[in-house]
Amino acid sequence: MATAEAAHHEEHHHPSGIMRWITTTNHKDIGTLYLSFSLMMFMVGGAMALVIRAELFQPGLQIVDPHFFNQMTTMHALVMIFGAIMPGFVGFANWMIPMMIGAPDMALPRLNNWSFWILPFAFTMLLGSLFAPGGGPASGWTLYAPLSIQGGMSVDMTILAVHMMGISSVLGAINIVVTVFNMRAPGMTLMKMPLFVWTWLITAYLLIAVMPVLAGAVTMLLTDRHFGTAFFDPAGGGDPVMFQHIFWFFGHPEVYVMILPAFGIISEIIPTFARKPLFGYASMVLAVAGIAFLSFIVWAHHMFTVGMPLIGELFFMYATMLIAVPTGVKVFNWVATMWRGSMTFETPMLFAISVVVLFTIGGLSGLMLAITPADFQYHDTYFVVAHFHYVLFSGAAMAMMGGAYYWLPKWTGHMYDEKLGKLHFWLTAIFFNITFFPQHFLGLAGMPRRIPDYALQFTEFNVMSSIGAFGLGFSQLLLVYVVVKCVRGGEKASAEVWDNPKGLEWTVPSPAPYHTFETPPQVR
Amino acid sequence: MSSSHGGYYLPDPSGWPIIGSIGIFTLALGFMLFLNDVSTGPILMLVGAGVVIFMMFGWFGTVIRESEGGLYNDHVGLSFRMGMMWFIFSEVMFFAAFFGALFYTRQLAVPWLAETDLLWPGFEGGWPTAGPKGPMPIQADTPTADPAQFSTIGPWGIPLLNTAILLFSSVTVTIAHHAIKANQRGTLIFWLAFTVVLGFIFLYFQAYEYAHAYGELGLTLGTGVYGATFFMLTGFHGAHVTIGVIILTVVLLRCMKGHFSPENHFAFEAGAWYWHFVDTVWVGLFIFVYVL
Repeated sequence: MATAEAAHHEEHHHPSGIMRWITTTNHKDIGTLYLSFSLMMFMVGGAMALVIRAELFQPGLQIVDPHFFNQMTTMHALVMIFGAIMPGFVGFANWMIPMMIGAPDMALPRLNNWSFWILPFAFTMLLGSLFAPGGGPASGWTLYAPLSIQGGMSVDMTILAVHMMGISSVLGAINIVVTVFNMRAPGMTLMKMPLFVWTWLITAYLLIAVMPVLAGAVTMLLTDRHFGTAFFDPAGGGDPVMFQHIFWFFGHPEVYVMILPAFGIISEIIPTFARKPLFGYASMVLAVAGIAFLSFIVWAHHMFTVGMPLIGELFFMYATMLIAVPTGVKVFNWVATMWRGSMTFETPMLFAISVVVLFTIGGLSGLMLAITPADFQYHDTYFVVAHFHYVLFSGAAMAMMGGAYYWLPKWTGHMYDEKLGKLHFWLTAIFFNITFFPQHFLGLAGMPRRIPDYALQFTEFNVMSSIGAFGLGFSQLLLVYVVVKCVRGGEKASAEVWDNPKGLEWTVPSPAPYHTFETPPQVR
Repeated sequence: MSSSHGGYYLPDPSGWPIIGSIGIFTLALGFMLFLNDVSTGPILMLVGAGVVIFMMFGWFGTVIRESEGGLYNDHVGLSFRMGMMWFIFSEVMFFAAFFGALFYTRQLAVPWLAETDLLWPGFEGGWPTAGPKGPMPIQADTPTADPAQFSTIGPWGIPLLNTAILLFSSVTVTIAHHAIKANQRGTLIFWLAFTVVLGFIFLYFQAYEYAHAYGELGLTLGTGVYGATFFMLTGFHGAHVTIGVIILTVVLLRCMKGHFSPENHFAFEAGAWYWHFVDTVWVGLFIFVYVL
């Protein structure tokens, strides 16, 4: 074929400079774009969190006015969820899935480019809403009706930004599912796939299933706002609670979208540094599938206090508690993998172990929240805030940090600075706990979330939490420094990087060549 | 030229995606401004839509040239097919949100509203309803001029006819599919064109029904939760039929230009699948929106 010959000359045709990144169809370039975007949004969302914690350093109102405080809580969540965590994991998927399954690239490379390049535009729209007349969206990221219906222009901007993010996510997820099903090297059967690939396959399925539901929900908001429909207006026979149902039908699977790839990453890291194969591979796969199935039938545990029939409260309580079973299987398997392994504690392993421990704390507080009568006490308090930061920060975000340290040598060809990496880990882990552990007590004592002021008895824990937050935030500058330093140079990394790690990505040189597996490897 | 890796075609860097992003951003920005009564909104929307259409011509044009140039092997074709299937699944879930809203309001929200008599004394509930503050429903298919009342579109007139039209069009597109596999160009073009015509007839009837609903029945998007679910479900369905008709028209033009082979006709299959999908959604609509 003429094209095979052209392949040798293709580098000449590739645009350079900024146009290389804008027009690229290469999974590694696009993975880098996703990861850089994610890191940028992590900083933006983190800055917003620091505004919140600065205001909450002391009781009373001192730094921002309450309306702006509400905008910050709203935007912090939207930016972190849709801008930092989801694109971060897609970046990992782009870089690693083709290398892990022995594919030359993603199945639909041009679509892959579009999935990414929608995001900067969507976030221009979302962050731009802060400058709209009346300020940014202030209804909380959940955009509950009727509050969001009463909001200004910024709510429309948020809705349309969410639509764009939805297009990006769905197209990206379709690409991943097709890549996993259609691009595996000969011999790479489904049950031989690395667990990271499995978790992303199931995550992508969840995304395709629920992002359109979110699109439907915000579309109804938009028509209620501007076209006179009455979906969420009881005067016209609608119901604001219906928004919560539709939103959380998206929202709960979304929670697992943000944690399953993290499970995948640490399931890659732990066996490498424990020098043992992953314990219970098949049960891990089944557990992920089980969690994904359950995620569709537990959504109303986010709204126990809204007024549901008793049968609904009971069903959603029991279904939610069931999730502890497959999750427990996973935690057990990670621990069993480490059991009697000859462990070493490089930075990725430190992050992976802390994810196992801290995510489990978040899982257990989740179990507390699942108990309906207890939830009436915890609902909308700082206990909930502590819970979801234990699963999203010390689960998802710290797993990504561990994954970044784990694969950076493969991406850049250089070893990162191990000393600084470890320092970054310890600062992150310690400040994280100083920030969020006291919030458990605040919540149990009744401090409500999303309120810029609090009663005097909550002061000490809030001071502690704010100090921790600033430490946590500024520690992340160290992450940026370590990554930049690693990209620019450092000790040359070998192909294997670590001590005999398993997986196809370690069979190619470091840095991985621009095109890997032009001829598919044979997997035995 | 692009590269082929182990026979799997990997495209060159492409400028179309970023053009698409600029297009949808401009469109969304214009729409947002239009909703907030800023006069530049509609102009931006037109520009954005223009850019999106330009992108589609360019992007699909590239894909068609690559396909006709024989760059795609069966492996690539399978990726396209899987991609289309998952895309249709995402569309199914989009409609599921609105069906969910219909079931929730009808089965739960409205009856609860009627039970809690304190909030809206005298509200009876029932279906159709425009809610306690909306217009009252009257006998089906009785024209009304009274702004306090509305009536619904009965299922056994045009909606039944439209059901027959769409179901028949699913048959005609399948006949065309058999023709393309048997390499019978004339038969293929005839039945595909017939399918497109049926699609247009369906859309004409829908537009006629909408005019009837707004003009004579007092049934609008603002007619409480009944109007909202009715028009959003049928409206999004109509939009998808329109997209389906456009896809099939493009495929028809390509058939007339001699594109596709009995073995290799992904665009045709994708269009046909999409068409079956809008038909299936319509059957759901006919049962749950019109009949029940």
